[in-house]
Amino acid sequence: MSRPAFPRFNTRGVWTLYHFEMMRFRRTLWQSVVAPVLTTILYFVVFGAAIGSRIGEIDGVAYGAFIVPGLILLTVFTQSLSNAAFGIYMPRFSGTIYETLSAPVSFFELILAYVGAAATKSVILGLIILFTARWFAPIDIAYPLLMLSYLVLVAFAFSLTGFIIGIIAEGFEALQFVPMLLVTPLTFLGGVFYSIDMLPEPWRAISLFNPIVYIVSGFRYSFHGSGDVSLWISLGTLLGLITLCLAIAARIIHTGYRLKQ
Amino acid sequence: MSTDNPMLSIQGLTKTYASGHVALKPVDLEVRRGEILALLGPNGAGKTTLISIVCGLVNPGEGRVLVDGHDILAGYRETRVRIGLVPQELHTDMFETVLDTVRFSRGLFGLKPDPDHLRRVLEDLSLWEKRDSRIMALSGGMKRRLLIAKALAHEPALLFLDEPTAGVDVELRRDMWGLIRRLRDQGMTIVLTTHYIEEAEEMADRVGVIHKGELLLVEETAALMKRLGRRTLRVHLAEPLERVPDELSDWSLELEDGGMVLSLSFSPAEAPDSVPRLLRQLNQLDLGFADIHTSQSSLEEIFVELVREQS
Ligand SMILES: Nc1ncnc2c1ncn2[C@@H]1O[C@H](COP(=O)(O)OP(=O)(O)O)[C@@H](O)[C@H]1O
Ligand SMILES: [Mg+2]
Repeated sequence: MSRPAFPRFNTRGVWTLYHFEMMRFRRTLWQSVVAPVLTTILYFVVFGAAIGSRIGEIDGVAYGAFIVPGLILLTVFTQSLSNAAFGIYMPRFSGTIYETLSAPVSFFELILAYVGAAATKSVILGLIILFTARWFAPIDIAYPLLMLSYLVLVAFAFSLTGFIIGIIAEGFEALQFVPMLLVTPLTFLGGVFYSIDMLPEPWRAISLFNPIVYIVSGFRYSFHGSGDVSLWISLGTLLGLITLCLAIAARIIHTGYRLKQ
Repeated sequence: MSTDNPMLSIQGLTKTYASGHVALKPVDLEVRRGEILALLGPNGAGKTTLISIVCGLVNPGEGRVLVDGHDILAGYRETRVRIGLVPQELHTDMFETVLDTVRFSRGLFGLKPDPDHLRRVLEDLSLWEKRDSRIMALSGGMKRRLLIAKALAHEPALLFLDEPTAGVDVELRRDMWGLIRRLRDQGMTIVLTTHYIEEAEEMADRVGVIHKGELLLVEETAALMKRLGRRTLRVHLAEPLERVPDELSDWSLELEDGGMVLSLSFSPAEAPDSVPRLLRQLNQLDLGFADIHTSQSSLEEIFVELVREQS
């Protein structure tokens, strides 16, 4: 039996894994869309309409519109982290990962498929929230293309982080720990509901240690043309996070850590 | 690749787990094209470890493994696309349908869709009727057949079946054996692991005996069974005996259960007429018996014997 040489990149394998993940998301579409959309609506009702009307403008932007980028990212952060983490943790937990590990799929392809799928879902959710927000606040997007690219980049960075968590995690609690106990608080304190310039010292200075501040700021810049820090610092932070994750992923690839004995 | 080189060639393969446990001493093994090779060994012998290394689930230690002439590390895509793996445990998704999951398997291995092939595979495994069922609705037996279908979805040339009949009842075991034979008849090379001697005897062209990470021997099944197949005959007597009668001293008989049972260990290959000869002699001596019972030596007894032979 003679076989043609196997292609250098298993496109079909990557697509199959990606598709599998997207189908898994589709099965849980309602709960994954309804919860973030509902929460966002509540934020708008409480902060945008009830409180926001007392606050007025921040940096020349109506308060309702001001909180939109941060609220989108709040969902994108947590969803990227937990979806990517669960995506790889579940087959590890159930044992079905044996099939992927025995397939002619490289670790790089594996990461691409899982992270790509989780990031896709987050971008879709982010856009749904954006469209939902338009019912509550007038939204002008200063740089739509930048906004979209930035959204994709954030989704990718946090999905990659989630993937690594899913590889390292030894139990379900660990999967929830980072999104719930680390990223959510950091996001709330990271300038979603306010510009950090509104904070008194030393809180303003302390906030500058929170990387989420920089990431949210860049996204807000794409909407409003201004942020807490310069766009380049934001992009640098994001790329730094991605580089760090890629280095860890490369380490996992090299050693087969937690995937192979 | 040429057709006379082995389908699988393992040279000096070792494995020590991170725990320090030595799961494989240097193992050498060749699997010929089109044969069924049974790896026979008790639990913990290293069967799953060996298979897992070849399939890419466990990192190898020292040594080299070639599948159809390709190295499992340097040429992992070439080796893996040729291999189908049916794991020991029933690892399946729950919410997928049967047809979706075999489609997934084929795609994962980089092959373009082939609905006809998948249909043939599912029909062959009596799963076609269930193609739209969710996996969680399948019985244990069906799940095991589904794992086989998934392993066959990408048309492998070498199929690994890790304990395909462990915990499966007798009737289903026969079905499984029939299925494995059909696959071999279609040209598949098959490596199966088992801790049942009967299974190795029934299915395999050759048997490799593995014990504590060491491949003790690999032999044609018939030849091995001749050497290994000792049986024990137990004759339950009507009246207890004080000692073995002198007339029976040619036999190496033992008295058990307070003199109620005469027990004989014999090799059917060397002395095929042992049972009728002994019974005839008991009749001549007017020794009444209530029941007779023969049994195969246990795997553990056989290993002890083999290890003794080796040293
Ligand atoms: N991940 C692991 N870490 C440490 N020891 C292991 C691991 N997997 C298997 N072992 C040990 O290696 C030995 C061989 O196991 P295995 O290959 O599963 O045997 P078999 O399949 O023949 O029952 C056993 O003693 C088992 O406890
Ligand atoms: Mg085993």
